[in-house]
This record gives sequence, C-alpha cells and structure tokens, in this order.
Amino acid sequence: MSSTMSPASTNSLNSKRWHSMRHILERAGPFCKADFAPSPDNLEFLQNTCKILVIGAGGLGCELLKDLALMGFGDIHVIDMDTIELSNLNRQFLFRRNDIGSSKAECAANFINKRIPTCHVTPHCAKIQDFDESFYQQFHIIVCGLDSIVARRWINGMLISSLRYNEEDGSVDPSSITPMIDGGTEGFKGNARVILPGLTACIECTLDLFPPQVNYPLCTIANTPRLPEHCIEYVKIIQWDKENPFNCSLDGDDPQHIAWVYERALERATQYNITGVTYRLVQGVIKHIIPAVASTNAVIAAACATEVFKLATSCYDSMCNYMNFNDIDGIYTYTYAAEKSENCLACSNIPQVVNIEDPNTTTLEDLIKILCENPRFQMKQPGITTVIDGKNKTLYMSTVKSIEERTRANLTQSLGELGLKDGQQINVADQTSPNTIVLQLKYNGNEVEMD
Amino acid sequence: MIKLFSLKQQKKEGDQTGRSGAQQKKASAAQLRIQKDINELTLPKTCAMEFPDPDDLLNFKLIICPDEGFYKGGRFVFNFRVGPNYPHEAPKVKCETQVYHPNIDLEGNVCLNILREDWNPVLTISSIVYGLQYLFLEPNPEDPLNKEAADVLQTNRRLFEHNVSKAMRGNFVGETYFECCLK
Ligand SMILES: [Zn+2]
Repeated sequence: MSSTMSPASTNSLNSKRWHSMRHILERAGPFCKADFAPSPDNLEFLQNTCKILVIGAGGLGCELLKDLALMGFGDIHVIDMDTIELSNLNRQFLFRRNDIGSSKAECAANFINKRIPTCHVTPHCAKIQDFDESFYQQFHIIVCGLDSIVARRWINGMLISSLRYNEEDGSVDPSSITPMIDGGTEGFKGNARVILPGLTACIECTLDLFPPQVNYPLCTIANTPRLPEHCIEYVKIIQWDKENPFNCSLDGDDPQHIAWVYERALERATQYNITGVTYRLVQGVIKHIIPAVASTNAVIAAACATEVFKLATSCYDSMCNYMNFNDIDGIYTYTYAAEKSENCLACSNIPQVVNIEDPNTTTLEDLIKILCENPRFQMKQPGITTVIDGKNKTLYMSTVKSIEERTRANLTQSLGELGLKDGQQINVADQTSPNTIVLQLKYNGNEVEMD
Repeated sequence: MIKLFSLKQQKKEGDQTGRSGAQQKKASAAQLRIQKDINELTLPKTCAMEFPDPDDLLNFKLIICPDEGFYKGGRFVFNFRVGPNYPHEAPKVKCETQVYHPNIDLEGNVCLNILREDWNPVLTISSIVYGLQYLFLEPNPEDPLNKEAADVLQTNRRLFEHNVSKAMRGNFVGETYFECCLK
C-alpha cells in the first residue's frame, strides 16, 4: 500500500487498496455462507454502514484497529481509559515517545485516521461502565482486547441484558444479538473466541477457563518467604496497611506507591537472602501483569479481526467457537466448541414472566405466596432483590435475621408502592433451584397509580 | 450446530453518546451469585451476620461467639468485602477484633487456605463461615501469622490458654494490648 495515494483515489471502492478484498467479496465460492451474495455492496457495507466497537487500545487493541481498518471497515469506535506509558511502546505501535501521558484511545484513533483515510475511528477515553445500553446497541459487532476478567464479565452481562426473547417459545430474537469477539493474551499464550450472546457459550458459561489468580498462602508470605513474589506480597498485604505510608490504599498506577513497595520488598528479600526483586516485578505482582509478547498479540488480533470480517460479510462460517494458541515452544493451536452452560447465571437466566392482576393491591407478601404455591415455582423461602434506578434493592430475605428485620415492612406494601413497574425484573434465590433466577413482572390491566 | 446467524439485515440505531453512567437494569452475575449464597446460608448457632445496608449484599460482617474451646465467651467480628469478580476471586475477609491467635495477625489478616491459595468458585460464603469458625476451635500453629502465639501454643498449651483468656478480658500479652472482647 502506497502512502502517496491521494485521498480521492483511496476513498473510491475501485481503489487498488481493495483489490484483494474484492476477490473475496465479489466472487462466490463453495464455502460461503448461505446468505452470502457476491457483490460490490459487501465492501460498500464495510465502508459505510457496518459499525464496530473495539474495547481496549492496548497491545491487542492497536493490532485490532490496524487490522480492521486495513480490511475495509470504515466506522470504528474505540474505548480505553488508560494513558500511554513508556513500557507500552515496544508493542503498541500506534504510539510514539511524545504520546506518553496522552489517552490511548485518542492517540490510536488519530494515528489510524491519518494513516488510513478510508477509516474513521472515534475515540472514547472512558471506562466501559460509563456507557449504557443505548450506546452499545449502535454497534454491529463488538471486539474486546481486554486484560481484565471483570471488564469482560461486565460487557458480557450488558450484551445479554439487551437480548429480546420470543414470548411463545422463549427463543432469542436474532435481531437483538450483538456478536462479541473476545481476544486475550498472557505472554506466549492466547485465545480468541466468538460469542453470539444467547446462542453460544458466553463469558460466564466458561468462567472456569480463566486461570485462577495466583495467591500465595498468607503464612508463607509472613514467615517463610522463598520467592521474590512472597516479599512483594508481604509489603502489599501486610506492611502497607500497618505503615499506611500515603494515607490511602495502594494504587498500582502510582509510581510513588510502586517505589515504596519496591524498597520495602528489597529490604525484606535481603533479610531472607532472596534475589530477584525488581521494579518491573513489583509492578507486575501489584497489577497482576504477565509480560506481553508482541507476536502473540498479533496472532490473536488477526484471528479476532478475521472473525469480525466473516460475521460482517457472511463470506465464511464463524469459527466454532474457542481457539487456544501457544507459541512458547513451536506453535500449538486448537479450536473447539465451548458449550453453553445450562446453569449459566448470565445467558441461561431467561426472565420468566409472572402475571400480576393488579400491582396496586398485590403486596410483596402476595407475590411470595404466588412463588411458593404456584405449581410452576413451588419455592420454600424465596429471597428477592431487584434493581431500581441502577441500584440494587433487597425486597425481602427471610433467611438472614438482620436483613429480614429491615425488609419485613416491605411485605405489606403493594408492588406499586415498592416502585416495581410493569416489566420489572426481580431476582429470586431459593433452595429449590441451583441459581438465583430472574422473573419479569407483567401487569394485566391496571397500571401503577402514580401520585 | 447453532442456528445460522446473520447480521446483514440488522439495523443499528443507538445513542451516539449514551453516557448515562452505568444505569444497569439487571443485576450482575456476581450479584446473583452472592444473593444465592446469602439466601441459602445456614449459620452455625455460634455465628450471626450483620448487613450495615440490606440493599448491599456485597459488604457485611460475620460475628462469631465460640461456645467451646480456647475462645469460648469471646465475640469476634469479621468484615467481608465481596468484589465484582466473585466467585472467580475470593471475598476479602479481615478480623476487626484484636485477637491473640496463631492464624490471625494484629492487623486482622487471616491465614485460612480457602481465602487465598485454595479458593475456587464452587466454594461459598458458607464455606468461609465454617472455615473461620473452625479456626477458633482448632487454632493451627503450623500456619502461623502471629508467630509468638503459635510458638506458645506449640510449647505450652496451658500458657496459651491463659494468654487467650487474658487477652479476651482486655490486657497486655507481652508487648501487645488487647481490647476486651467478651460477649
Ligand atoms: Zn452463559
């Protein structure tokens, strides 16, 4: 690709830039999906209609943005709340030395927008939790290059809560599905997966695939340290609280904090004849970082971008559905179908409808009676919570005395008085089912009387 | 095989900004799981649970009043903080009562395997409650956090018993002053 091309020629769908893409998108082949129609419209769709969200502008994010932009995607958004650090520059190639301290999302977007004029990247320097459902709904596909399980679980929950279900048979309305392509790397290991929320295994279905956090026994850390990590954990868990050097909790992004931990950990290591405490290791242990390998990021991002392309164009079946990759000793990879869990708290928890005659006369106690006596439920001691205005609220729980006492007054209130609206979801835990289940209140006739 | 999924027909309309700030309408998976744990908790009669805010099931206190063993007659408060990554990660548990105990240090750190290296997501709040209760019945000098207390327990059981009861009444043991924690 020549960088001397004028914007006019690169903007055209006939530009040489798309020569190879057009071979794929304008010719039929035996492996195309049934709904694939070879046509210039496919490239047109990528350029002008299809909207992609990339979450994370770090090691994977830089690769993803570059891959997707060069593949012909024209409208990409990127979210990242982090700023650029010196140690990012070896692999996060959209950033330069004088970008240090600036927003990753903004620098990455600027770089792509300048370098690849057929693509416009919109940056968001924010947390994923800053955006609501209506924001995520605008995208055709969401790709994640994250290093946090909490963030993956959050976006997974968001996409599942946007699903709509067919009222008769409980099947997922396909038009409510936003596919999620998730990439992850740790050193020389990585994985890429395709999640069709509601149809295929989600993040919660396979939560046990994430390696557990390494936690050393506290007594080893305190009394018989053998590893440099033990010394660092000691300072982090025990010495920090004891000495409270900055009158706040430990912040892994604060260089002063890291320096303090480093010095104390070094002292402790010397005391026990342990070597290997370095500033980098301290950073790694505090922030749970495993050193990133540029080539692993490149492979995983390429696999993810390919899946985005296949879903967007229907030119080939999606990977089914979880690829593992390891390049520590040669290259090893395999792909298998991770199974959707029947007990998944996120995607198998399809809200079941409970019909309520009149929310103004039906009390919470009446609702509990329905849950216990209705042959559909036959519960014993249901504990009920809900979410109102984004806040969790415990409606009633009989099994814990201190909660029972303070939620008892709710029993005699009507559902309307408790602020439960038509369509409200309530979460019910009971010994008769292995998980907390989600019910949806459906009011027949009378609406809640507003005063 | 899954149903053929096609995104072609999908019209996407959404709010460009959509920054209402985390207006979740649905409880998180961690939240649903802790609700199950709490609702199904069968506490031993020596234990009670306090929720400072009944709407917040992620932060609570466990009060243990052992009815046998070295710590009989005492009242010990543990603070639980359950994070957004529950049950992938164990809750953070600290002892708020100063206690002369081989497995609990003076800052309230607790050495209990299932809180750290042996945590796994099938364990529940109930498992931790029983684990903590057991620490008061069988303090374990092999895994010490308070090394002095552990040494005394290992070498002189009688003295250990004496020190525990002294500490619980509100006294110095060695250099350390313990607040009274009798029921
Ligand atoms: Zn699931």
